[in-house]
Amino acid sequence: MSDRPVRTLFSGNRTGLGYKVVFTVTIVVFTAAFVLPFLWLVLGAMKPTVELARVPVTVLPETWQPGNYTEAWQLMDLGKYFLNTVLVVAGAWVVQILFDVPAAYALSKLRPVFGNGVLVAMLITLMLPPSTLLVPMYLTITDVPILGVNLVNNPAAIWLPAAANAFNIYLLKRFFDQIPSELLDAARMDGAGAVTVLWRVVLPMARPILAVVSILAVVAAWKDFIWPLLVFSDPALQTLSVALQRFAPDTPINLLLAGLVLAALPMIAVFLVFQRHILAGLTAGSVKG
Amino acid sequence: MSASTLLRPAGAPAPDATRRPGRAPGRTRRRIVENLTAYGFLCAALVCFALFSWYPIVRGVLLAFQQVNFITDPEWVGFDNFERLFADPLFWDAWRNTLLFTGLALVFGFFVPFLIAVLLNELRHAKGYFRLVVYLPVMLPPVVAALLWKWFYDPGPGLFNSLLRIVGIDGPHWLDDSTTSLLSLVLVATWSNLGSATLIYLAALQTIPGELYEAAELDGANVVQRLRHVTIPQTRFVLLVLLLLQIVATMQVFTEPYIMTGGGPDDSTVTVLLLLYRYAFVYNDFGTASALSTLLLVVLSVFSFAYLRITRRADA
Repeated sequence: MSDRPVRTLFSGNRTGLGYKVVFTVTIVVFTAAFVLPFLWLVLGAMKPTVELARVPVTVLPETWQPGNYTEAWQLMDLGKYFLNTVLVVAGAWVVQILFDVPAAYALSKLRPVFGNGVLVAMLITLMLPPSTLLVPMYLTITDVPILGVNLVNNPAAIWLPAAANAFNIYLLKRFFDQIPSELLDAARMDGAGAVTVLWRVVLPMARPILAVVSILAVVAAWKDFIWPLLVFSDPALQTLSVALQRFAPDTPINLLLAGLVLAALPMIAVFLVFQRHILAGLTAGSVKG
Repeated sequence: MSASTLLRPAGAPAPDATRRPGRAPGRTRRRIVENLTAYGFLCAALVCFALFSWYPIVRGVLLAFQQVNFITDPEWVGFDNFERLFADPLFWDAWRNTLLFTGLALVFGFFVPFLIAVLLNELRHAKGYFRLVVYLPVMLPPVVAALLWKWFYDPGPGLFNSLLRIVGIDGPHWLDDSTTSLLSLVLVATWSNLGSATLIYLAALQTIPGELYEAAELDGANVVQRLRHVTIPQTRFVLLVLLLLQIVATMQVFTEPYIMTGGGPDDSTVTVLLLLYRYAFVYNDFGTASALSTLLLVVLSVFSFAYLRITRRADA
């Protein structure tokens, strides 16, 4: 994405009154549509419930209650659900990297017999909308074949299916394909085994794609709702999203809003820090770049 | 478990290293060792795919023709599950609502991001700010967005009706009224997701060579003609891909109706996935739920298949 001015649809200059009007209107509309709702939420969370129920509404709280945030944290025991979520997200991330990187490397560079068949079988799953697999997936985790275990209320029920991610395999393999095989052969001549080559030669080069896969994995796991809702029937193990919707009907509105702010913060922080990577991953991933 | 599967191949090729190359038995052996190494790298992912992707796909289709009760063995029931579905009036409502949702979501979620992207591509200032704020809602967990908008939609002190009251309009009842409920859900979903489509379009617009616009202008093409004959053809691939992806994604809508309306009022927001959830996890009728998900799969496969054809052709 270069920001160098190139000729675009409109030919007019970018200093005239017309441009200034369009630019100002755009800024105002964007701020109103995408920033105001967040401000309204943060402010609303600091109002007393009676003030929130009043018509007409107040813009700034008449009675400031910043303590709503700590009260919400304690009332809903959010610390516990944060930890649950971190455990689910971190595990999903680790498993995806640990399982999918070697697999993509093998398909790209080691090229075993039936390797292409395996790749096609994996990529075909991309065509299947995940929600159409909910029922058989749920029945599978209640009694995993071969292993014979019940993964309900076990975070592994989120971690292991997360590794069956064909999009990761596709992104990683496409990256590994671009690494010249001569480089790997040279390392092998020096007596390096397959693991050493992957660890010392391939992975250091693959940092950009590992960042993209990692961010996609973390964001998807943090945002997921329906699968954690099914997996964790035990309320004590639920993730933030699942817990918040369970608390929503009978929590005072101001405390619920404070909870929403707290649940949104980590992802907003991740976005502000990794904005460049996230936006790069968006275009690298969805469309042929 | 994962550590050992990763480490095992490390030692495997070692004995082979002492063998002299070129001899036929050695080469065969090396091929075997290489394949074992490769499958050692693959096995963890393969097990996950087998257990949590390939097996459930097959099982889902089989379940559609079975009756499961967890006490006795599954029983084959032919098309009974489908007949039960077709007899359920909610089945038809759910499809109508879902198609309406998808259609409305396309109007807002497909055309609006493209227009926004075209506009942003013309602006020369605060580009970073626009990109940042348009993507902020995408980062929100959908549950948070749904609960937040549920509060905005409150007909009394909610944000929207408060704003409408300023300009003297008595706002609608949004989620509580069966004529506006579905549209209300479309608006949340659009607000939450339009950032990604916008930025993908923007990236595509930036790849259009400026000379094309210059040439068109020299030929006397006005803005609308340039949009029609330069911008749209140059981004046709991205437009088509996102159209298909959006149809597939919006037809699976669940979180918003589940949290904001529970399917009401008057079943006006019961979507296919919400009905599927009810059959499976409220009525514990996994057979009928599977029949429904098989139908959804068949419908969505058409779009997935089109998507695959288009992206494949572009790759080749």
